[in-house]
Amino acid sequence: MDLLFILVLAIFLGLELISKVPSTLHTPLMSGSNAISGITLVGALTSLNSKALNDSGVTIILAVAAVAFATINVIGGYMVTDRMLAMFKKKERGTK
Amino acid sequence: MEKLINEIARNKDIIIAVTYIVSAALFIIGLKYLSSPSTARKGNLLSAVGMFIAVVITLWSKDVISFKWIVLGVVIGGIIGAFGARVVAMTQMPEMVALFNGFGGIASLFVGWSAYILAPQSLTPVTTLTMITIVLSVLIGGVTFTGSLIAFGKLSGLVYQKAWLFPGQKIVNVLLLLSTVTTGVLITAPGIAGLTAGTMSLVFYALIGISFILGVMAVMPIGGADMPVVISLLNSYSGLAACAAGFVINNNLLIVAGALVGASGIVLTNIMCKAMNRSLANVLFSGFGAVTSATGKAAEGEVKPINASDAYLILEGASSVCFVPGYGMAVAQAQHVVRELGELLESNGCEVRYAIHPVAGRMPGHMNVLLAEANVSYDLLVEPDDVNPTMETVDVCVVIGANDVVNPAAREDETSPIFGMPIINVDFAKTVFVLKRSMSAGFAGIDNPLFFKPNTRMLFGDAKASISALVSEFKDTQ
Repeated sequence: MDLLFILVLAIFLGLELISKVPSTLHTPLMSGSNAISGITLVGALTSLNSKALNDSGVTIILAVAAVAFATINVIGGYMVTDRMLAMFKKKERGTK
Repeated sequence: MEKLINEIARNKDIIIAVTYIVSAALFIIGLKYLSSPSTARKGNLLSAVGMFIAVVITLWSKDVISFKWIVLGVVIGGIIGAFGARVVAMTQMPEMVALFNGFGGIASLFVGWSAYILAPQSLTPVTTLTMITIVLSVLIGGVTFTGSLIAFGKLSGLVYQKAWLFPGQKIVNVLLLLSTVTTGVLITAPGIAGLTAGTMSLVFYALIGISFILGVMAVMPIGGADMPVVISLLNSYSGLAACAAGFVINNNLLIVAGALVGASGIVLTNIMCKAMNRSLANVLFSGFGAVTSATGKAAEGEVKPINASDAYLILEGASSVCFVPGYGMAVAQAQHVVRELGELLESNGCEVRYAIHPVAGRMPGHMNVLLAEANVSYDLLVEPDDVNPTMETVDVCVVIGANDVVNPAAREDETSPIFGMPIINVDFAKTVFVLKRSMSAGFAGIDNPLFFKPNTRMLFGDAKASISALVSEFKDTQ
């Protein structure tokens, strides 16, 4: 029940935060949230560290694949977002 | 020193919990900084720091017995991710985001799957609630994965781009949903049908298969022009999948981060739907663009073409110019020449703005990123609501590869399928240049009366070539 409570609060917080993001930044927002959804990496690491793992080859393959896919999201997501955000510049235009 | 180490070991759970809280706070602050382009980059960095400490503390917290497997996964994923992030062209961002949504989904599916396999060996008894969350993480993860792959295929042209409909589609979908519920119930309450363990794993594989088919069936009927909605929605799903995985392994950081992403996708989906004046259900189920029966009144009148040198003369005398880019600008890769023309106009004493419709392009904010890449200052990028009230004072509107988002039928023609959609009222400007390859209809297949308005001039040809011609006209006379 506690987890559900956290979920609902986090959704409301997310709705508040995201509605403040200007439309100019919607693409970096999406790639940035791709990176955040790579948090599944923490989940994958947890299941890969489980003691029961040694018994099954299937779970190892599953967990390694989960780690790999989630890492793509984390590394790729943050890097591409940074690359994009670095391009958003405000230029001084005093001399016309 | 030894005492300290013991102390840390004893308080492991507290340290982990506190680190996860810090990490969640960094995600939240990171998103908060995204509210302005000037702080956004710092926000992204903070978010990345949050992710880093969460991963490090997780590695530290468990008894690392399979470190080599972790390294293998991280190295493979890291190389692919870093390579992709470096080489992707800005015009291909929609494809990349679509693919990443799918990766998030499949990762959650795998976490759910391995939890299912490990469940019988678990020390604590597996509750029905845990089984429900496993089913959810597999289902949402699977739908997100194949749905995103189809979206990626449609965006890159590998898959049929228009809405794909076939007779009996509804029946197939209902059957799919029924089998989803059946397999889901069987897995969460295996006692009901008295199935053996062997049959149960077949049921579980069936659930994975069904979730994959569901993802394909959900995205195939959606046309290319509706991709901004689909990508936003899949973005939301990838967050919800992470959330479900968080419930499976009882981890509140996954739940918080997943919920933030889920909420982000929902907000964007909502904005996209509003910008098209359509409900989400309409986008998902109507097969927009495949139905040709309701195309509104046929637009009639005289089309007035213009050549580059005449267009230059008008632009040269203009004191206010507004560019309206659309997907055509991305296709023609015209953003750099557009910026060049914009700068020449500015040095000519003209006020230049770029009006960007929320659904221009193939994903939210697509045009903004392209123009930022071309070095356009972000304060010149304006939304329809900012530019529409002052449209009468604009001397020239230059429409580059946009069609439906400037179609006055949305305002004037009640029979038009896009009637009621908020548009950029370019026809209220003194002169409108429409850059277009030919007179064919836009993506939605709707006639555009804008082309026949008395103040509209058509500049036919490739957008990049046309703008380049204008740029050289400017340069030649200076």
